[in-house]
Amino acid sequence: MIQVIDLHKAFNGQVVLDGINLEIATGKITVVIGKSGVGKSVLLKHLIGLVKPDKGQVLVDGQDITQLKGRKLQDLKRRFSVLFQGGALFDSLSVFENIAFPLREKTRLPETEIVSRVHERLDQMNLSLEAGKKFPDELSGGMKKRVALARAMIQEPEIILFDEPVTGLDPPMTNTVFHLIRKTHGASNYTALVVAHDIPEVFSIADYVAMLHQGRIIAFGTPAEIQQHTDPMVQSFIRGEPDFLEA
Amino acid sequence: MIALIRYLGRWVLNWVQEAGSMMLFLLQGLALAFVPPFRPRRFLQEMNLIGVKSTLIIILTGAFTGMVLGLQGYYTLRKYGSEGALGAAVALSLIREMGPVLTAIMVSARAGSAVTAEVGIMRITEQLDALDTMAVNPMQYVVMPKLLAGLVAVPLLTAIFDVVGILGGYLVGVVLLGVSSGSYFSGMVQSVVPLDINGGIVKSLVFGLTIILVASYKGYYTEHGAEGVSRATNQTVVLSAVLVLAWDYILTSFFM
Repeated sequence: MIQVIDLHKAFNGQVVLDGINLEIATGKITVVIGKSGVGKSVLLKHLIGLVKPDKGQVLVDGQDITQLKGRKLQDLKRRFSVLFQGGALFDSLSVFENIAFPLREKTRLPETEIVSRVHERLDQMNLSLEAGKKFPDELSGGMKKRVALARAMIQEPEIILFDEPVTGLDPPMTNTVFHLIRKTHGASNYTALVVAHDIPEVFSIADYVAMLHQGRIIAFGTPAEIQQHTDPMVQSFIRGEPDFLEA
Repeated sequence: MIALIRYLGRWVLNWVQEAGSMMLFLLQGLALAFVPPFRPRRFLQEMNLIGVKSTLIIILTGAFTGMVLGLQGYYTLRKYGSEGALGAAVALSLIREMGPVLTAIMVSARAGSAVTAEVGIMRITEQLDALDTMAVNPMQYVVMPKLLAGLVAVPLLTAIFDVVGILGGYLVGVVLLGVSSGSYFSGMVQSVVPLDINGGIVKSLVFGLTIILVASYKGYYTEHGAEGVSRATNQTVVLSAVLVLAWDYILTSFFM
């Protein structure tokens, strides 16, 4: 289980996270929703130690990642994978090499085994072997996300963090990516945190939903509970009401 | 007046802070060369990017610099009836000063700016963060091989520049203007001493490390998207050129 306890973060005096408390259940998909710029990605980056908090803890099975350094931090990071908003594929490597990268860097698997695993992931993501020879700048947005998902999955991590996995995709591709997340989760049962603001699609993949607003979690529950939530801010966000109504 | 002093004070403090931060960046980058995993392939890739791909521009620059030195040197020395010293004048100018400095500035313009753009784009597209999350140290994977390649490639490119420049001077002085081939080379052999060559090598080592340090540092700490990459690239070229010239003065004073 991942526990976020009283997490605070400000950038240049501007408070982004103002006492976040959140529990991410093992083996479940937790989705964090909220408006753009509210700090969802900042929260996600705290979970893997990319950003240090001003105050608070992030406990991963009892270990506080904000206090870990060196080898212990590296060992903990190996349990994670991250699918970044833009994919973060390495420009200088082909699709095949991108997906194989974690295996080549962090395992001593023979090349034949690496090739076999990469082909398996390409197939799982509905990508052809020919696509494996392309470079990231030759791919469409949807293909980039699928390659990034394949790379995130290749080491079968215990925890995967998805940072806005469908931003910029058309509705069919959005559904495809969410379907792939659900499918891979069904196969591997990893713990997932998905940062997104795609309503109502996120409700179809979430076990739990948390809403982040003004630096705090203002609602947490199952998708059904969130949809019935009485907080007007939650209802306003779910209905997609314009911001000026809030004012 | 107080506002001006405050502004200058802040500027100096920022400058000192950045210099310190850059020095820590350098030490961290170089220290990681001794920590496994070792990736010789990454070093060779960077040698190709920084060294091999700069060779043509270095040959062109070296040739024209040597030819200009041959032309200027010939007409200046002729006034004193010393055309025979042309080889020595060309070789000393190139080996001690122009070779290391012009090579460094050309490498900075070609490879330094490319390094900043590459690392900067990796920063803004979260590729460096992606490495970090895979438990791969981005300093070790991205920066360290570039620093080592700069340290090795720039002295080699300087040597190429010097040789090509001397041949350029030969072409103009001997082939076109009629200086004796024997006096061109014998003057060079008699005048150039090991201290000149050592000075050139030390300069090119320092310049190579400086250029790639500035380029990597500016790229690594790029902010604010594409505009930030553009600004960082610009800063790299300007700062590298200024530092190369400042280092040149300091090192020349040691090797005089």
